[in-house]
Amino acid sequence: MSPNQATGPLIAMHGVDKWYGDFHALKGVTLEVRRGEKIVLCGPSGSGKSTLIRCINHLETIQKGRIVVDGIALDDSARAVDAVRREVGMVFQSFNLFPHMTVLENCTLAPMRVRGTRKAEAEATARRYLERVRIGEQALKYPAQLSGGQQQRVAIARALCMEPKVMLFDEPTSALDPEMVKEVLDTMIGLARDGMTMVCVTHEMGFARQVADRVIFMADGAILEEADPETFFRSPQHPRARTFLGEILAHH
Amino acid sequence: MGWPEFLFLLEGMKWTLALSAIGFIGGGVAGLAVALARTSGKPVLERATAAYVSLFQGTPLLMQLFVVYFGLALVGLDLAPWEAVAVGFTLHASAYLGDIWRGGIEAVPRGQMEAARALSLGYVSRMKDVILPQALRVSLPATIGFLVQLIKGTSLASIVGFTELARAGNMVSNQIFKPLLVFGIVGAMYFALCWPLSLYGSWMERRLAAPSR
Repeated sequence: MSPNQATGPLIAMHGVDKWYGDFHALKGVTLEVRRGEKIVLCGPSGSGKSTLIRCINHLETIQKGRIVVDGIALDDSARAVDAVRREVGMVFQSFNLFPHMTVLENCTLAPMRVRGTRKAEAEATARRYLERVRIGEQALKYPAQLSGGQQQRVAIARALCMEPKVMLFDEPTSALDPEMVKEVLDTMIGLARDGMTMVCVTHEMGFARQVADRVIFMADGAILEEADPETFFRSPQHPRARTFLGEILAHH
Repeated sequence: MGWPEFLFLLEGMKWTLALSAIGFIGGGVAGLAVALARTSGKPVLERATAAYVSLFQGTPLLMQLFVVYFGLALVGLDLAPWEAVAVGFTLHASAYLGDIWRGGIEAVPRGQMEAARALSLGYVSRMKDVILPQALRVSLPATIGFLVQLIKGTSLASIVGFTELARAGNMVSNQIFKPLLVFGIVGAMYFALCWPLSLYGSWMERRLAAPSR
């Protein structure tokens, strides 16, 4: 590991632009994430926050700018993409568990196929992470037999089994019934306490207040404001951020 | 109609089965390649296989068998009738199965592929472990429906001089002049091959429609 890898930012995005056809989805986004840092991305729907984190593991391609993850420059080569994805875990709004596999198989697939881990070892790791998200007793069930909150916790465990250096959360609680939001947020808070680097797209402002080192506000594909949560929630500077916070807080 | 005639029909039925099996195995392997190419995201591959599928879906199986049987002979490939027929059925089945399975692959929710990518799984693992098991499940009823069609379609191989069940029936009928009896038996034999498959297909369909495990 080069010194730059150990001490430089874990994620560095510089002047990133993305278009979907004519639609300018990301406009000159520059963002650095330090090791161990927890970032919450918020903003109105269509503001590009999901697009932004999906660029970090190359689920979306960019047209301009530069993304470096853990010292690896993300070009479009399969090699760089694979190397980055191995270090980046992702949790989706719709869980995306593999429905034809048990919870345990969901968690062991990638370590076995990508890292070449032996089955027994992969299962031991999987059971450890399933315990950690407090779902160990469901290991042999299929995803459809679990509640939404349980499925999302499995999805978190599945990503952790690859022992990533950073976790991306793309609205992880938006598809959940209200009573299940807390169990998922608690899992994420636990993860944050253990020092995981996290980039979370979420509207859960309580979560942001509690764990975020920085809150980043986006609108229309650009970063308009970034601040520590205390400052951001007490005195948002940008008018769009004030409007957005007003709307969010009115509902909570 | 005596034992020898019946045994002759059974012999024909054996060839019908063999042809179906060849068509299904050959067509299955080639069809998988077609389905993967059709969903590869590579415009050249997608267009080429789309054209291939349209060509074989848009022309009669009989013409395809003629073209392979006589066409390959013209370009100097001297194939035995069963070889030509096997090639013909493989091509035919690969186009249909390729299209059925393409539909199955496209029916798998986008998020499945994204999750697999995010986990850093390579193409082979993404398809083999994640996408295809789900795609083949939803495609199973249509796949079985096509297999039934294929079994009946093998009767066309008689045109190029191949003695399968239909042609065997024709020969026996010409010998003993009891077409109604002979073709009744031949029909029953086809039915005995196809019906269990149809039953299996509708059983699978009910099972898949039931809420997931």
